[in-house]
Amino acid sequence: MTMIHEHDFGTPASNKSEQVSLEIDGTSITVPADTSIMRAASMAGIDIPKLCSTDRLKAFGSCRLCVIQVDGRNGTPSSCTTPVADGMKVVTQSEKLDRLRKGVMELYLSDHPAECATGDECEVHGVAKKIGITTSRYAATTTHLDLAKDESNPYFTFDSTECIVCNRCVRACDEVQGTFALTIENRGFEARVSSSGTSFIESECVSCGACVQACPTGALTEKTLLTIGAPTSSVITTCAYCGVGCSFKAEMRGDKLVRMVPLKDGGANEGHSCVKGRFAYGYATHSDRITKPMIRNAITDPWKEVSWEEAISFAATGLKKIQAESGRNAIGGITSSRCTNEEVFVVQKMVRAAFANNNVDTCARVCHSPTGYGLGQAFGTSAGTQDFESVEHSDVIMLIGANPTSAHPVFASRMKKALRKGAQLIVVDPRVIALVRTPGVVAAHHLQLMPGTNVAVINALAHVIVTEGLAKKDFIDTRCEEKSFKEWEAFISLPENSPETLEASSRVPAEEIRKAARLFASAPNGSIYYGLGVTEHSQGSTMVMGIANLAMVTGNIGRKGVGVNPLRGQNNVQGSCDMGSFPHELPGYRHISNADTRKIFDDKWGVTLDAEPGMRIPNMFDAAIAGDYRGLYVQGEDIAQSDPNTSHVHAALRAMDMVIVQDLFLNETAKFAHVFLPGTSFLEKDGTFTNAERRINRVRPVMKSATGKSEYEVTCDLATAMGYPMSYSSGAEIMDEIAATTPTFAGVSFKKLDEVGSLQWPCNEANPEGTPTMHLETFMRGLGQFNRTPYVATDEKATRKFPLLLTTGRVLSQYNVGAQTRRTANNIWHTEDILDLHESDAQLRGIADGSWVKLSSRVGETIMRARITDEVPAGVVYTTFHFPESGANVITTDFSDWATNCPEYKVTAVEISPSAQGPGAMIETHIDGDVQLASIIRMINQIAANFPVSDAPEVKVAHHIVQFWTPVMIERLHKDVDKSLLSPIAVKALEVMLVTQ
Amino acid sequence: MKIYVPGDSAAISVGADEVAQAIAAKVNGATIIRNGSRGALWLEPMVEIETDKGRTAYGPVSVSDIDSLIAADFMHGGAHPLSLGESEKIEWLASQDRVTFKRVGIIDPLSLADYEAHGGLVGLRRAISINSAEIIEEVTQSGVRGRGGAGFPAGIKWKTVAGAVSDQKYICCNADEGDSGTFADRMLIEGDPFTLIEGMTIAAIAVGATQGIVYLRSEYPYAIKILQKAIDIAHAFGWLGSSILGSNFAFDLKIRVGAGSYVCGEETAMLESIEGKRGVVRAKPPLPALEGLFGKPTVINNVLTLSTIPAVMADGADAYKARGVGRSLGTQVFQLAGNIKRGGIVEKPFGISIEEVVNGYGGGTLTGEPIRAVQIGGPLGAYFGTDKFETSLDYESMLAAGGMLGHGGIVVFDDSVDLAQQARFAMAFCALESCGKCTPCRLGSTRGVETIDLIIQGVKVDENKKLLLDLCEVMTDGSLCAMGGLTPMPVKSAMINFPEDFTGEVSRR
Repeated sequence: MTMIHEHDFGTPASNKSEQVSLEIDGTSITVPADTSIMRAASMAGIDIPKLCSTDRLKAFGSCRLCVIQVDGRNGTPSSCTTPVADGMKVVTQSEKLDRLRKGVMELYLSDHPAECATGDECEVHGVAKKIGITTSRYAATTTHLDLAKDESNPYFTFDSTECIVCNRCVRACDEVQGTFALTIENRGFEARVSSSGTSFIESECVSCGACVQACPTGALTEKTLLTIGAPTSSVITTCAYCGVGCSFKAEMRGDKLVRMVPLKDGGANEGHSCVKGRFAYGYATHSDRITKPMIRNAITDPWKEVSWEEAISFAATGLKKIQAESGRNAIGGITSSRCTNEEVFVVQKMVRAAFANNNVDTCARVCHSPTGYGLGQAFGTSAGTQDFESVEHSDVIMLIGANPTSAHPVFASRMKKALRKGAQLIVVDPRVIALVRTPGVVAAHHLQLMPGTNVAVINALAHVIVTEGLAKKDFIDTRCEEKSFKEWEAFISLPENSPETLEASSRVPAEEIRKAARLFASAPNGSIYYGLGVTEHSQGSTMVMGIANLAMVTGNIGRKGVGVNPLRGQNNVQGSCDMGSFPHELPGYRHISNADTRKIFDDKWGVTLDAEPGMRIPNMFDAAIAGDYRGLYVQGEDIAQSDPNTSHVHAALRAMDMVIVQDLFLNETAKFAHVFLPGTSFLEKDGTFTNAERRINRVRPVMKSATGKSEYEVTCDLATAMGYPMSYSSGAEIMDEIAATTPTFAGVSFKKLDEVGSLQWPCNEANPEGTPTMHLETFMRGLGQFNRTPYVATDEKATRKFPLLLTTGRVLSQYNVGAQTRRTANNIWHTEDILDLHESDAQLRGIADGSWVKLSSRVGETIMRARITDEVPAGVVYTTFHFPESGANVITTDFSDWATNCPEYKVTAVEISPSAQGPGAMIETHIDGDVQLASIIRMINQIAANFPVSDAPEVKVAHHIVQFWTPVMIERLHKDVDKSLLSPIAVKALEVMLVTQ
Repeated sequence: MKIYVPGDSAAISVGADEVAQAIAAKVNGATIIRNGSRGALWLEPMVEIETDKGRTAYGPVSVSDIDSLIAADFMHGGAHPLSLGESEKIEWLASQDRVTFKRVGIIDPLSLADYEAHGGLVGLRRAISINSAEIIEEVTQSGVRGRGGAGFPAGIKWKTVAGAVSDQKYICCNADEGDSGTFADRMLIEGDPFTLIEGMTIAAIAVGATQGIVYLRSEYPYAIKILQKAIDIAHAFGWLGSSILGSNFAFDLKIRVGAGSYVCGEETAMLESIEGKRGVVRAKPPLPALEGLFGKPTVINNVLTLSTIPAVMADGADAYKARGVGRSLGTQVFQLAGNIKRGGIVEKPFGISIEEVVNGYGGGTLTGEPIRAVQIGGPLGAYFGTDKFETSLDYESMLAAGGMLGHGGIVVFDDSVDLAQQARFAMAFCALESCGKCTPCRLGSTRGVETIDLIIQGVKVDENKKLLLDLCEVMTDGSLCAMGGLTPMPVKSAMINFPEDFTGEVSRR
């Protein structure tokens, strides 16, 4: 393996189409207009000496090493700041230029260490050597060589003695990251880089690493570079944190990972990174990693390390026994959005082929399942419509229920760049998230709604657009279904959807809604970005359809700068959904009931697939408590911590006879497991991740597997032990099977990915190079479908007993349940979950800033520290769920999305009170009654509310239920539900279902 | 009875306020007008009485002179040792050719009626009546060049801005007058602020700008106050605002106060400062005319350039370009300072010699010792000895002589000056004021100070002189802006014109 060097052209590429021809040192070259002379020279193979310029940043012109001469022009301008001109003749080498460069370098050397700690990493000495000078004639009595190092950041040092004040770090912080944490202090000789007058750790710095990346010297250096030494080889791979999917060069020295360097050619990140991907990879080699398989007979027994063979055989025996006793549907599996497409594909294959049922679900159930449903209904497929770069072409951006500066930082930087260039922002969020007002960004509108009222706001926005005549008729006429539009138009125009009517629910002033609606409708390019604040609601699917309606009614689909874009939480949540992780869908979002699709797999796998949808995660839990579901294989997901209503989940897990956990660590779920199969970190995997823009990126093994096996191998071993032989020689072979069976992936192979870097699906004969923007001429489903989106308030309401609404989110430095980030130095920023509340709510309850509070809901209570802030309005409280100690999900309820069962994490009625002590035992309240039955009733009533009375809604409701519900749920619906609790349409739907059966 | 006591800062610094108070207390029925200074600074405070025969002047007047002036019936032009006779006939002033400074010292700076009575607003009214291209043509034809120091033709700059397509354009007036020995911008603003406002309004109409900003240094508190009052008056009059003098043009004007940085007088650093950022120089291109303030097309002109425009528009290009020599047309407002007997404002057509200004108007040194050197064009200008006194003061001749005209400041030194120390001062000044962006200026200025110190101390003199000259080349040809680029000018001119001060031996005195 060798080091991968990305060439630095000195200044960014020009986006001009006009071409200009010039001569540089006698070489003719044609480049786009506005290209700098430096870049043009670099393209011609002539590298002009430089220190302050890099092609990731706008030209700055400060180092003065890149001076050149131009025929017919006076002086020696800097080539980085001088654009090319037609017919120009440039000289980059002459006696005069040589003298100037040496003179400048002499000045640098007069205030720079003779030897740098990072050796060749420091470009000063490299460039000096290149221009032929190694010492300075100056006596230099005044220098900066005795300045102290700032070692406060856990990941990098700032050594001002090596700093040449080129401003690259400051500019990277401004232009690339958009945080503006760095500046130059003082002027002239005293000008020094400063983290704004304080240490790095105390500054606004978000440790994205852009400054370290930009620094040409050893002034800003990864600490690992100093402790491990210079890297000797590198491998391009993909980050395993959020759904942005940044490409990195993993730089190695021997078998040690020295650092992760963001890849300039990475389609998703274009050379940028965040603190997690750039620095927080230490968990992969953390001593908590389990690398040997373990088994035990009962969860009260201690673990016993065993061989792979014994563990697999123990697990298979257990599962087979359950199936023999309770039927083949009594076991199932959960795939992971953290694993590769190949690993996920293999797990769902094992469930469908070896377990012989469709009881496979994925952690996407608890995050973006409504996206799949809603976008599937409206557009015909479950995916964001754009690539990330698209946002830079937007004029108005609507951001709903997402906090990208914390959860999708690299995308947030792109968005901030667009906003600094003049795009306007509409934020829809109960909280004052950073993007409402941050350096360089002020949102045009912040629609600060109450949690649970998204649909009220999206309807009110659409109502204004339709009733004020702002709809894009041309687009609707040519691209959308006329009938669905007419129905929707009539529905959305009803006074019940006016901002004035809905103000009472959402608490967003009607006038503010009207202004925001007009702004969005007036944008040449309007785009919508959303996160889990949209999906994790009882009306999550309704809201996704409402978003799709808004995009279609304003004509914002099918080109750059527009679109509907879910920001995916996990690295491979898109991919795990694509790979057929849902109980009702085969890879490529094809329904299991479709015989043609099944035949493809039946033929390939030599089995006969079950045509009925299997169980969703909540169904599995309910069935487990009922004793009907007894064995579970769960890969890379900590359901015991991350799923809502923890007590219910724990009860379900305890009820099972064979829980197999495959993970890096003994997580919370492992406490209920009988078999622990050690997993591999992303640094050991060979496969692909698919990010939120449908971009399939390669994950390449950087080091060998710590367990001796790849994860798909283990899955195959288990399937084989279950009696269905499976084996693959490589990730590439699995991808070939995916491509052979899944039309949207038909053109994907590791070979192709290695050639082009990445591909955005659909990638097939029609789009051999992938699809950056979807639905260009027509929608995947043909014409776009408008869907009725009646606003139904959630049952989770603030009451006298629980008067506050809790909503949850993430911080920048921690990730989800913290399994990775809590095992890194990221803890320095965020060491516990904190409850945010408004001053008035705090005063009312006598709660002081920083004190312990008890947080209780109708299902449980927990204790955490309070922070008084105006980032939440009165009546709303907020916390994160990164730490098991605080157990935020102990109090979240089992309410869920009507269409997909995605939990309603974002709204929980709570009360808080001062607490004398810190966190102790979490109290889980047992809920009386039949939980499953209650949710069945709630769901069918909501489904019924979604279809217009005029158009035989009962047929649609019946169709929905047959398509998505498990047979057990349908059976209970018919048998156990008190019909008087159902809406008239729901009752009719039941009749339809009986007839069609 | 009108009595004029200048409210100009220079006059105030020598007691004008106290004089005005004393006259108000002791002379019944006196209407005291705080006019600008006529520029004969050695006569300040110069008190003028409006008599039947016109204005009669006395100066320099101190509070202790008031009683004797009253006794001499100065209210009616009575004779007194401080009597200067009729103001208009004071030779030092009468022999000048005042165009830009035409009204300074004569009118009440904040009286619009007075302004109009002395020819104000004629140029603007004409500009409103003709089209943009005609205005720009008139300015181009007049030959007016940038008075900030670079001497770039104003008409061409305006044409570039006028031709740029943008939703917003700006007129920025550079009033960050930081050169040592210069004060014309301040005196113009304090003595005739409406002229600047009129010039900026004409520029706005010509290029299609609607917002003007005057970047005025915080060291000029009186100028800030007076200009703000003048802006308020112009607003109330319907001159500034949504309809300029009832026309379809709109123009607003704001003052942005600088925070005390020399380099913010460099036009791109000034833009950064106005935008609220650190005063750091931008690389050009892009030219501010195309991407200036907040990235929009921007006219940046000096106070004197803009204040000359009303006269050009009122009297026509021909009248203006009839003055001057070669490509340096019109008049230059010279500012005489340093060790000088008669310091102040000398406005004369380009082409007058150094001798005529320094010895003619200036009358030699204040100390009476022989002149050894003059520095022309501010702290970055060249040091000349008297052997160069026949040089014509115009852009081209000064360049040919190894110097520059700059903003027109002339600082005089007698024979006690040590030019090695002056060269050191140039580097030290650069080290103090450099924005710190480009390497030659940021590091070179400090290395320059150290190297000159070694020469002064007699350490490896020849080697260090060579190093200093090498450094001068790097700074001249390598610096990003004129700050670092021109710092070598005083250094090298001192070395070339006064080599005897750079021998490393103890000073000859």
